[in-house]
Amino acid sequence: MSRASTGRPAADPDSTDDGGKQSRRIDASMLAELAAPLALVLVWLAFFIATPDFLTTDNISDLLVASSILVVLALGQQFAVVVAGIDLSVGANLPWAAALLGYTVSHGHSMAIGVAAALLGGLLVGLVNGFLIGYLGMVDFIVTLGTLSVVSGITLLLTQGNTVAVSSNFLQSIALDGAGPVRWFWLIALVGALGTAFLLFRMRIGTHLLAVGGNAEGARGTGIPARRVRMYAYAGSGLLCGLAGVMLVARNGGADPSLQTNYLLSSIAAVVLGGSSLFGGKASVLGSVTGAVLLTSLVNGFTILGISQYYQPIAVGAVVLMSALLARVRE
Amino acid sequence: MTTTTTAPMLEARHLVKTFNAVRALDDLSITIAAGEVTAIVGDNGAGKSTLVRCLTGVHSPDDGEILFKGEPAKLSSPEDARSFGVETVYQELGLVEDLTVWQNLYLNRELTKPIPLLGILDRKGMIDKSSEILERLDVNVPSVRTTVRRMSGGQRQSIAIARAVTWGESLVIMDEPTAALGVRETAAVERLIHSLRDQGVTVLLISHDLDQVMRVSDTVVALRRGRAVAHRAVGDVNGDQLVGLITGTISGDD
Repeated sequence: MSRASTGRPAADPDSTDDGGKQSRRIDASMLAELAAPLALVLVWLAFFIATPDFLTTDNISDLLVASSILVVLALGQQFAVVVAGIDLSVGANLPWAAALLGYTVSHGHSMAIGVAAALLGGLLVGLVNGFLIGYLGMVDFIVTLGTLSVVSGITLLLTQGNTVAVSSNFLQSIALDGAGPVRWFWLIALVGALGTAFLLFRMRIGTHLLAVGGNAEGARGTGIPARRVRMYAYAGSGLLCGLAGVMLVARNGGADPSLQTNYLLSSIAAVVLGGSSLFGGKASVLGSVTGAVLLTSLVNGFTILGISQYYQPIAVGAVVLMSALLARVRE
Repeated sequence: MTTTTTAPMLEARHLVKTFNAVRALDDLSITIAAGEVTAIVGDNGAGKSTLVRCLTGVHSPDDGEILFKGEPAKLSSPEDARSFGVETVYQELGLVEDLTVWQNLYLNRELTKPIPLLGILDRKGMIDKSSEILERLDVNVPSVRTTVRRMSGGQRQSIAIARAVTWGESLVIMDEPTAALGVRETAAVERLIHSLRDQGVTVLLISHDLDQVMRVSDTVVALRRGRAVAHRAVGDVNGDQLVGLITGTISGDD
């Protein structure tokens, strides 16, 4: 007889007294929750021992600025992952939002309109993804792979394949300045993270996102509009992608229309590192944020140490594989 | 039949539901008295599931009518059934494993703070009330803040039932609530059903376990080939007679 369950191996027979097992499980899940922060401390410690140039105020300050875009992208990816989905279109949505900002500003519109265009453009891609996945029931992986390609093409058409320089004091100051030692990029990432956490864990829609990701059938059974909730998830991913696009333009001083596969892969890796289940229903905002900082730290530390950049993707991949192994052990 | 003068909680009259050439419900009539546990028994294919789906708005019957407290009710969606206060506990539980007990109890019925539009959760309110709900129903869980993943099968089923009882103001339908449970856990769920009856909750129980039906229900309805062939008070029937009614060796009322 098939056990009444939600499709996952529920490891409980008919016994109620599993006190020992229970406490061990709590330990394991706490370990998973803290895996990314612990790994971050270890990596920082290793680089600190290896070179005196890593753990300096200036370098950490720059490192965190460099992490901020990935943090915002990872928060967006978190929304897709929490409903047991994935958003591959991030790789194209990011340059698309950046290109929209570059296009509007270079055509004489104000910066406010440019930023609005980037945010709405990102949101639009997310809504299309969400509609196809949520309402038409198409497979998330294929849909976002398709929109990745389509949006990339549209971006190239819009820009004729050229990078658009955006010279703006406003954007430049966002990327370079801050309030005292606190850089604006950190603040954007922090506000994004706190906002995401509040939405997921303190608002009704957050509970519904977690419920749809954890047990779509059960969620529907209580009357939760699962299709709409899925669409919200991808819309959230798209909107944060638009925000990251604005940050990318600010940091690079221009809008590069080429596909950002590195950001795409890293955004997924950061969420996985953070301990969120790719099967949905579980989210860790702290984990995703530290995952993003960890990945950026690896690249930063390797660069300082003068290790060939060809080793960097190997190291990043190894860390992701290790986190997958940890997730397996946790089961 | 019951001697109450008030209208029964639910009455289904002459329901017909056909799938292709199969008459799943063939002029089926059933009465569910308020405040009682009514059990439905029947062999596979007798129409139990189809009946439940008609009463919960998943299917619309081709013919016949459903009355709630004497008023005709049109159930064309699960939302309609829910609006009449009908909640269902399915075999495959509708609980979300990685959410806590209180989150599951209040799923899609979250209490929110009085700030419009934002839907900010009143976590403390829900946690407190969840403890009260489970205490009142005598359901034992370590803490309402633990995730359902850490619960045993019996605890999960009890939580699912508690949720249905909390929101199902008129009728709680339980579809094979103990099919996946062990002996001890089944006993706990049966105790819960008993206490529901003591509190005046109207329950419709679908069960294969005839001993269980005899233990927990007031009235038993036997289905055969899409018809309700017998309504019996549990005191007026024994297990052998039930088997006979189900298999057809004892002819029913009509």
